[in-house]
Amino acid sequence: MTSNRSEGKTSSEAHAYTPGLKVKRSIMVQKTRRLPIQGKVLVDVGDEVEHNTIVAQASISGDPQIVKASSIMGVDAIDLSRYMLKKEGDEVREGENIAYYSALFGLIKKQVTSPIDGFIESVSEITGQIILRGAPVPINLNAYISGKVVEVMPGEGITIETPAALIQGIFGIGGESHGKIRVAVDSPEDELNEKHIHAEDRDAILVGGSLVTLDALRKASEVGVSCIMVGGVRHTDIIQFTGEEIGVAITGHEDVGLTLIVTEGFGRLTMSQRTFDLLKKFEGQLASVNGATQIRAGVLRPEIIIPHDEGQGQEEVGELTLGMVPGTPVRIIRQPHFGTIGKVSSLPVELQQLKSESYVRVLNVALDDGTIVTVPRANVEIIEI
Amino acid sequence: MASTKKSLDEMQYILATDVGSTTTKARFFYKTEGEWRFLVAGEAPTTVEAPFEDVTMGVQNAVREVEEFIDHKILASDGSGIVVPYDGNIGVDLYVTTSSAGGGLQMMVAGLIKTMTAESANRAALGAGAIVMDVIAQDDGRKVFQKIQRIRSLRPDMILLAGGTDGGATARVIEIVELIKAAEPKPRLGAIYKLPIVYAGNKDMRPKVQELMGEDFALDMVDNIRPVLELENTEPARRAVHELFMEHVMSHAPGYSKLMKWTDVGIMPTPAGEGIAMQLIASSFKENVLGVGLGGATTNIYSVMDDRFVRSVSANLGMSYSVTNVMKEAGIENIMRWLPFDLDEEDVSSRLMNKMIRPTTIPQTLEDLIVEHSVAREALRLGLVHHRTIATRLKGIQVERDIASMFEQQLEETYIKMMDIDIFAGTGGLLSHAPRRIQSMFILTDAWQPEGVTKMFQDSVFMMPHLGVLSTVYRDAAWSIFDKDCLVRLGTCIAPRGTIAGDVKARTRGAPVMTVELTLPSGEKLKEELKFGEVRRIGLPEGSEAKAVIQPAKHFDVGKGDGHVVETTIMGGEAGVLIDARGRPLHLPEEVDMRRRLLLEWFKALHLYPEEELEEII
Repeated sequence: MTSNRSEGKTSSEAHAYTPGLKVKRSIMVQKTRRLPIQGKVLVDVGDEVEHNTIVAQASISGDPQIVKASSIMGVDAIDLSRYMLKKEGDEVREGENIAYYSALFGLIKKQVTSPIDGFIESVSEITGQIILRGAPVPINLNAYISGKVVEVMPGEGITIETPAALIQGIFGIGGESHGKIRVAVDSPEDELNEKHIHAEDRDAILVGGSLVTLDALRKASEVGVSCIMVGGVRHTDIIQFTGEEIGVAITGHEDVGLTLIVTEGFGRLTMSQRTFDLLKKFEGQLASVNGATQIRAGVLRPEIIIPHDEGQGQEEVGELTLGMVPGTPVRIIRQPHFGTIGKVSSLPVELQQLKSESYVRVLNVALDDGTIVTVPRANVEIIEI
Repeated sequence: MASTKKSLDEMQYILATDVGSTTTKARFFYKTEGEWRFLVAGEAPTTVEAPFEDVTMGVQNAVREVEEFIDHKILASDGSGIVVPYDGNIGVDLYVTTSSAGGGLQMMVAGLIKTMTAESANRAALGAGAIVMDVIAQDDGRKVFQKIQRIRSLRPDMILLAGGTDGGATARVIEIVELIKAAEPKPRLGAIYKLPIVYAGNKDMRPKVQELMGEDFALDMVDNIRPVLELENTEPARRAVHELFMEHVMSHAPGYSKLMKWTDVGIMPTPAGEGIAMQLIASSFKENVLGVGLGGATTNIYSVMDDRFVRSVSANLGMSYSVTNVMKEAGIENIMRWLPFDLDEEDVSSRLMNKMIRPTTIPQTLEDLIVEHSVAREALRLGLVHHRTIATRLKGIQVERDIASMFEQQLEETYIKMMDIDIFAGTGGLLSHAPRRIQSMFILTDAWQPEGVTKMFQDSVFMMPHLGVLSTVYRDAAWSIFDKDCLVRLGTCIAPRGTIAGDVKARTRGAPVMTVELTLPSGEKLKEELKFGEVRRIGLPEGSEAKAVIQPAKHFDVGKGDGHVVETTIMGGEAGVLIDARGRPLHLPEEVDMRRRLLLEWFKALHLYPEEELEEII
């Protein structure tokens, strides 16, 4: 047996970083829609659904209300049941008397009223509390995308399938939405500002280029734009727009009036030509979007799904599936060449020392202007052009 | 102790894994010439998520990498998993694992009084390796309906419920029970099983708790966490949490029921393993330890002070996934105060945001490395602030105060005092990947500001959780590996407590702070005289020691009081001896140019970064 510690240490650094962000013109998209708790599925396998079709329903038990009845009436907790006008399980209306105490021939009267419509769940002789339960709260689950139901999980949810174009972003805010695509700029380098946004853009998915300005975000929200897709956004603008700093990358719950999907990263970053061209191709079409992002375990990236019949969902073989070889198009995703696009020129096997003095696996990238730069393999991502 | 398939003496090979949220890390240990050593590491992506949804695949891939490095088969050829025990050809004699995949153990904690039973329950849950999602108490300032809404929105793996001393409060304990029952909390990993609850409150209330909760929850009752106000008894609750974690939580995570069959002892939450490793350091050196696991998503801080172990977890302070939260919590100005060069605020914040969305990238330039090191200082500083709120004296009991303490405005809450800490120990990617060991040492020093004489360690290859869980079965083997292959001796920091008013002027006047006389192993004697604001580094190799006589100036203390000499033995290490005369608390000048000049002086004095590169970016 031979010791091989150094190899053990470096093995994790040998992988190139490929976030696997999909930019697909035609692919069969499957979406599983699941209820948060057990409920009822309303559709069957084979059914065609629209994005807003309610496909499953459930109800969550109503909110409880705790009433400190014995202290309201000034009686001992153990005696509470003697003064109850309602028993466990009885329905009650808001304002209705549920317990009553009188003493000194009626000179002292105290009553307890129900704060909600609902029923009496329990009466405690230890704490003197009455617990009331409100009416169940219904949950309606929509389809999110239009397509065909291909699987039903009884009581839990369904899977929908549709041929579509699918583009994933790197970061987003805001939840699920829907709208028609309009490309608001001429090129992927252009900035999307408030002048590009008009009243007719209500409910639309607007496509920008390298940057969306704060004024544009505010105007889009005012107008009622459904979603903005753009290459980059300034960190400070996001803070001002949402009113909060993004701490960890778990998003989707923001209530800012629109969904934002960033395809490249923070700062001014030209949208990839392929992404821009694809969105341009499907301009005017209906699409579903979701800004929800979760980068830790269970990676979730924001997305736009554009159902269409061209190509019948036949998946193209992309560069990603071939791995990284000389000629593979890559984007450098860290300083000093952050955002630059080039092609792999070579992949040296030996570890090399960086300016930071770390020894890592590197690759050489040929940039568009012909210069060749060396970067850590962890600092590039494969892109599809 | 768990039963093993071979006696400890007969064992030759041990395998330990940690199933992390993104990577599964396998470590292979073997006995050579009667001594347990680390041999090789293998790593593979964790397979807890779709499309795999079976953690054992990631474990097998990591183990396969181990097999490729050494001529030793561990996995059964029929795909049935790890062969235990070693049969002469294939397998290992012991297999143990920790896990934090799928978000680790997420708990909600409840008690009666926020600063008493709820605080004790919080410490017990943290000590068991949990991320505490919320602490509910009767006096937590929220209205009943707000607490109910909060409980309903959480989906914890487990609840730890305390309240009342034995023979103490009754009705108020049941109020908390009724509150939780009314809120109908649901477990995170699906609604098909009952949510586990550990009751560790007033024992007289057990029948009533059983009556109220026995049907709807998987209820376990253990000894009271605060049987009397003067005593905190977290061990029974911590044990019950581990058992329920195995029985109810792990068994519902994808692939874990299979993994549980492979292991010889229960699967332990990763931070619990790391915590045991920190305790192992404290018990082996018989000294007080302050340790940290500085991860990508979370920062775990552990203290072992006079045998009292406390863990805190800052769930959203980390160096990759949570890096922007460090910026949010600390403020960008506090990150930038550690930079000796000029960078635009927007530039720094964009860099950190881009690191968050692409968490596996690494610094290529020195400038980027220094930015990350600045973030690390702030993550560690904030983590310690949080830890101090957990590591507190027991409240609710009468404290005897002497005349001197009567003059203090307030009794100090925490018992974490830097002068009482003998050892700093660090683990986590940023520290272990630091290109120079002195960088880790200086980052820890700046962030935590050790006082007196402090030894510093870090791990070589990430394996503290592995050795922590191993030590529960085979302590000697775990310590042997820990001592020889895991713990890197960085060196020793000598730093007097005390400062000089109007520090900048005093520094320029060259006010003396201390004299350190070192007798090196060669017999050579060194005398170092340090003035206020200076740092110096003396080479003292790992494995060697030096005799030191430290004479602090009048208003400085290195452990025996102001101006009192300390004679001690100093441990060497890869970074050597760091003598820090910057004073405690450490103040950085407000004035930007002056601060940058000072930082640069320190960086150069310690050879922290390559000098030529550093000059280029200034």
